[in-house]
Amino acid sequence: MTMASGQEFPKDNEMPETHSPASTRPVLSVSNLTTALRQRDGGFQTIIDDITFDIAPKETLAIVGESGSGKSVTALSIMRLLGGKSSRISGRVELAGRNLLDLTEPQMRAIRGNDIAMIFQEPMTSLNPLMTVGAQITEVLIRHRGMTQTEARRESLHMLERVRIPEARARLDEYPHRLSGGMRQRVMIAMALVCKPRLLIADEPTTALDVTIQAQTLALMKILQEEEGMGILFITHDMGVVSEVADRTLVMLRGKAVERGSTAELFASPRHSYARALLAAVPTLGTMEGVALPQRFPAIDQVTGKAALPPPPVDTVSADEPPVLRVRNLTTRYAVGRRLIGGPKFAIHAVENVSFDLRKGETLALVGESGCGKSTLGRSVLRLVEPKSGEIQLQGTDIRKLDTTGLRRMRRSAQLIFQDPYASLDPRYRVGTTIAEPILAHGLASRAEAQERVARLLERVGLSADAANRYPHEFSGGQRQRISIARALSLEPAMIVADEAVSALDVSIKAQVLNLMLDLQESLRLAYLFISHDMAVVERISHRVAVMYLGEVVEIGPRNAVFGNPQHPYTRKLLAAVPKLEPSRRDRKPMLSNDEIPSPIRAAGYEPPKRSYRMAGTDHFVCEN
Amino acid sequence: MTNYIIRRILQMIPVLFGVTLLVFLLLRVSGDPVQLMLGEDATAEQVAQLRAAMGLDRPLHVQYISYMSDLLRGDFGTSIRYNNQPALQVVLERLPATAQLAGMALLVAIVISLPAAIIAAYWRGRIPDYIASFLSVLGQAMPSFWFGIMLILVFGITLSWLPVSGQDQPGAVILPGLALGASLAGVLTRLLRSSLLEVMNQDFIRTARAKGLHPRTIIFRHVLRNSILSYLTVIGLETAALMAGAVVTEQVFAWPGIGLLVIQAINFRDMAVVQAVIILSAIIVMMTSLIVDILYSLIDPRIQHG
Repeated sequence: MTMASGQEFPKDNEMPETHSPASTRPVLSVSNLTTALRQRDGGFQTIIDDITFDIAPKETLAIVGESGSGKSVTALSIMRLLGGKSSRISGRVELAGRNLLDLTEPQMRAIRGNDIAMIFQEPMTSLNPLMTVGAQITEVLIRHRGMTQTEARRESLHMLERVRIPEARARLDEYPHRLSGGMRQRVMIAMALVCKPRLLIADEPTTALDVTIQAQTLALMKILQEEEGMGILFITHDMGVVSEVADRTLVMLRGKAVERGSTAELFASPRHSYARALLAAVPTLGTMEGVALPQRFPAIDQVTGKAALPPPPVDTVSADEPPVLRVRNLTTRYAVGRRLIGGPKFAIHAVENVSFDLRKGETLALVGESGCGKSTLGRSVLRLVEPKSGEIQLQGTDIRKLDTTGLRRMRRSAQLIFQDPYASLDPRYRVGTTIAEPILAHGLASRAEAQERVARLLERVGLSADAANRYPHEFSGGQRQRISIARALSLEPAMIVADEAVSALDVSIKAQVLNLMLDLQESLRLAYLFISHDMAVVERISHRVAVMYLGEVVEIGPRNAVFGNPQHPYTRKLLAAVPKLEPSRRDRKPMLSNDEIPSPIRAAGYEPPKRSYRMAGTDHFVCEN
Repeated sequence: MTNYIIRRILQMIPVLFGVTLLVFLLLRVSGDPVQLMLGEDATAEQVAQLRAAMGLDRPLHVQYISYMSDLLRGDFGTSIRYNNQPALQVVLERLPATAQLAGMALLVAIVISLPAAIIAAYWRGRIPDYIASFLSVLGQAMPSFWFGIMLILVFGITLSWLPVSGQDQPGAVILPGLALGASLAGVLTRLLRSSLLEVMNQDFIRTARAKGLHPRTIIFRHVLRNSILSYLTVIGLETAALMAGAVVTEQVFAWPGIGLLVIQAINFRDMAVVQAVIILSAIIVMMTSLIVDILYSLIDPRIQHG
C-alpha cells in the first residue's frame, strides 16, 4: 500500500478550522497510526494506513466510511483491544502526553474504562445478560476508583440518573433484557462515563436503534459531552448522523483517510471524489419534494466522483387494472404466556385491522419502528404467519381459503427478500442450486432449462452467469442480496415482499441494489411491498406509504402526500427524528425526551377500539382516534 | 414458577403411563415367563397351573388392568431371585450405593473439567490448551472398564492404597468413582472449553475488556457463568444415566448398585426387578431434567418458566 493520504490533501494543522477548539490541548492525538492484522495464512495485512487526527475536549470527531474501511479497527487500535499476537500497530496514540502504544498491558488496562471509554453498536449484546445493570456499572468504579460496593452503588445510581433513565434506583437491580434497546444504550453510556473519561469512543452507537430513539441518544450524548467536557470519537457509516453530531469529520476508504476537515465544509464542498460519491449516494429526506415518481440514485464513479444522471422515471403503475394484492381488515395476533390451565395470558397485537391495495408496478412502503408489526404484516399477506381474521386477495384469489396445494401454487406469484444477505442463503448450496430450487420444486422446467434460466436471472440482477457455480461466502453483501433477488424472481412473481431488503447494506451498495429493484419494477411491472424503517429510502423509491404504529396503519397515502403533508402526529414525529444532512442543525439546543416505543402486548381477550379514518387528500387516509 | 413445576410434574404422568405400557408389552413379547421359570422339562399341566396362578391365562387387557392397579398401589411384583421380596424394595435397597457412586463420579468429573476447560480456553492455542485437550480426548477414548482395571492394578494391587471391590471398606467408592468420572470429565472439558471460547467472542466480553477489567475477572465474572448452561445440560443427562446404573463399572468393582442388580436380574429372568428398575429410571430421568430446567432459570434471568 502506498502512503497516499499525505499527498492528497493537507494535514490537520494546515487546514482552516471553522470550529476552533484549538485553544486547548487535544485530549487525544493520533499520528501515523497503521495497523496490520494477521490473516489466515499467517501473513499480516495492513488494515488502516497512516491515520492522523486530534480530538480536543468537548469536540466530536466523526470517522465515517463503509464496512471494511477500517473505522472500527482504528478505535480498537487506540484502545489496544486487538490482541497482541494477531495485530501490529505502529505510529503514535498520545493521551495526556503518553504514547499509549508504549504502555504495558497492565498500564493500558488502567486507562481503558478510566481515561478512554467505549460504547458499541449493539446495546442488546454489549451488556452481560446475566449481571444486573448495577453490578456492571459498579465494577468499573471498583476497578478504577477503588470504591467500596456501597460507594460505587451510590455513584452508579447517580450516573443512571444523569443519563435520564426513569426510575433509576429500581433499574440498578434489573437485568439488561428487561430494558429496551434505547435504555440499554443509556446504561452503556452510563457505564462508559462513570469514571469521567477524557475521551469517549462511540462505535456506531445508534445504528441498531430506532430513529426516534437514535435522536434521543444523540441528544443525550451531546448534553453529557457539554457537562463533562470530554472529547468524542464517533464512528458511523451514516452521513445524517455525522451532520448531526460531528464538529470535524474524517472520511475513510479502504483503510486510508481520504478527507478530513470541518463537517460543515465537508458537506458543502467535499474535495475527494469518494466523499462526493458517498454524499451523493446517501438517501436524504426531503430531496423528493415535488417529485411524483420514484427515482433512481445517480450512479457515481468512485474514481472521478462524477455523477451519471439516472434515466428519467417511468410511470409503472396502472390504476385501471385490478390490484395485485387486496388486503382488508387483516389482523394477526400472537399468544404469549401460559396459564396452568386454559389459554394464554397475553396477546401481541402485531397486526390490527389493516387494509390496503397494491397495484401492478407499484411500491407500497410499510414504515414504522421496531415492534410496529410491519414484518408480521409482510408475512401475514403470504400466510407465512397465519392471520387471525381478515381478507387477503392475491390476483383475485382469496388466499386465506387455500389448502396446502393451493398455497404452494400461490407462492409462485408472491416472493420474499429478507434483510440479512448472509443468513438468507444456504451456505452449503451453490448459488445456481439456490436459484434453481424454486423452479424445480414447482416443476416449471427441466434441470437443463432451469440452468439456462438461472444464467439469465443472474445476468438480469447484474451478476455474471458463472456465479451459479460459486458458493454464497464468495460474494459480498450486496452481491448476495442480488442473488436473493434472483431467487425471488425465478418464479416470475407478480409481487415481492422486501423486508428491510437493503437495510444491512452500505450506502453505495444500497443505492445500487435499490436501482436494480427499480429497473426490475420497470421491466417486469413488479409490485413491491417494501418494508423499511429508513424514511429516506422509502421517500426515494415508493409510490405509496403506509405508516404503522402498534400494529395499526395510522396514515396511508401517496408518498408525496405523506412526506409533504404528514397528518398523523406519529408520522410527524417519525419524520422529525430522521437526521438531516445539514450540519448547521448541530447548533440547535438538543431536545431530550424519554419516550419509549410502547408495547403491543395486551391482556388476552382485549379488543382494540374501532378506528375511523378521515381523508386528507386524494387517496390519503389518516387514523382519527 | 410454582405453576411451572406443577405443570411439569403433571406432564410426567402420561410419560410414565407410556413407559409402563411399553414395559408391559415388552415383557409379554420377550418370551413366555412361565416357560422360562419352570424350565424346559416342565409338564404342560404344571405350565397351565402356574399360568393360571399368575393370571397369565386371562385376556391381555384384563391382565393390563390388574398390572396397572398393582403398580398404582406400589406393588411391582415380587423378585423370584431374592426370596420373593417385593421387587421395588430390592431396587430401592440398591439405590443408595448407586447414588454414592454417581455422586463420586460427578465430583471427579467436575473437579477435573472445570479448571481444565478454563485453562484450555484462557491459553487457547498454547501449550496448556494442548495438554488439556489431549487429556480430555484420552479420558473419553479410554473404555471405563479398562481404566477401572488399570486403577485396580495400580492403586489396589501394586500400591495397596485403596480397596478394589465391594462397598464395605472406607474409600471403596474412590476407584470406581475415578473410573466412571474420567470419561465424563473428558466430555465436560471439551464441551465447556468450546462454550467458554464462544462466550469470549461475544460483544459483552469486548465491553468488559474496554472497561479495563483484568482477564481473570473477565473469565470468572463474565465468561464462566454465561458458558455454564450447556455444561449443566450434559451433567443433568449424565446424572440420569449414572443413576440408572453404571453397568460395566459396577461389574468391574463388584459395586452393589443398580447396574449390577439389573444385569443379574436379566440373567435370572427376574422380570419384576427389571420392570421396577426401568420405571424408577424413567422417574429419575424426568426429575433430573426438571431440576436442570429450574437451575437454568436460576442462572439465566432471561429464562423464565411460568
